[in-house]
Amino acid sequence: MNASSLTPIDETDHTQGPDDAPVTLIEYGDFECPLCGQAYPIVERLRRDYGDDLRFAFRHLPLNKVHPHAAQAAQAAEAAGAQDAFWAMHAALFKHQRALEYEDLKGYAEDLALDTERFARELDERVYNKRVQADLRGGVRAGANGTPTFFINGVRHDGDFDFDTLSQAITKAGA
Amino acid sequence: MSTRQSTQTTPGAESALSPGERAPDFNLARSPDDSLSLGDLRGQPVVLVFYPADWSPVCGGQLALYNEILEEFQRFDARLLGISVDGVWCHKAFAEDKNLDFDLLSDFQPKGEVAEAYGVYRDGDGVTERALFVLDGDGIIRWSAVSPIDVDPGADGILAALEDLDEQEVTR
Repeated sequence: MNASSLTPIDETDHTQGPDDAPVTLIEYGDFECPLCGQAYPIVERLRRDYGDDLRFAFRHLPLNKVHPHAAQAAQAAEAAGAQDAFWAMHAALFKHQRALEYEDLKGYAEDLALDTERFARELDERVYNKRVQADLRGGVRAGANGTPTFFINGVRHDGDFDFDTLSQAITKAGA
Repeated sequence: MSTRQSTQTTPGAESALSPGERAPDFNLARSPDDSLSLGDLRGQPVVLVFYPADWSPVCGGQLALYNEILEEFQRFDARLLGISVDGVWCHKAFAEDKNLDFDLLSDFQPKGEVAEAYGVYRDGDGVTERALFVLDGDGIIRWSAVSPIDVDPGADGILAALEDLDEQEVTR
């Protein structure tokens, strides 16, 4: 459970903020998880407040047996990512957590002006399933314990994830 | 502070049975009309997950996570068992609500007897500690951890322990 078991950020990660930011916040999340939905605007606010002092990465931890749409939603984010729209889809999914059926996902792809044919094909073929499962397994190995789990500079954040608590932890970590 | 450190400093950890000790046998209800004996599981690793209560927010997350990665445990042929002092009907409703695909055992009558035998019963609260035990195929405890009651321990410690067991089996 030490920091080293957390997969370091690499080029396959989805990140926002500079690579040399003093603090990296990683969220293991699930697009159908209501708590992750609550965390979404908090993370957005943290990113605004810390600016270049914070790098944020989102990794998938779909708890599909409790959230039956979570795995496909995660794959949809990856399919959008393949068309350079991961974060736009990430936002769309968190804003519509109760509408994550296949047709809904295609609708968001259309709203984002993606190549919907490719998007739908990749969803059908579960092209990103392995990637999503790899995130999940890596998260579990690193000590992720449900959704959302946050890591701040490699250390699991065990406190609450309200804005003040996360903000204090990020500042303490060096931002 | 890493979770491993906090695990070791939690008060309940002192009374918990340690690696190397034989896991006390038990026979507990796994459903309203069926029970399970630990002794019947010899030959495969067993993961005992003591948790304070069905329905509590942390337990839901912890067990939901284990449920999601059952295949990871099965790769080691390990059997995962949840144990709390809740009754069988409570377990049944909880397992159905969370779609749990592993057994929840009721340490209900006499209340907490099994938890007590493992050194993880909280007398004052009347619930079990949040404790994990990994047993080998011979019923010997090979790894254990007690977390602060409000901290979800995740699964990494269990998987690392199963991996160690696996390696030792191979070299034996």
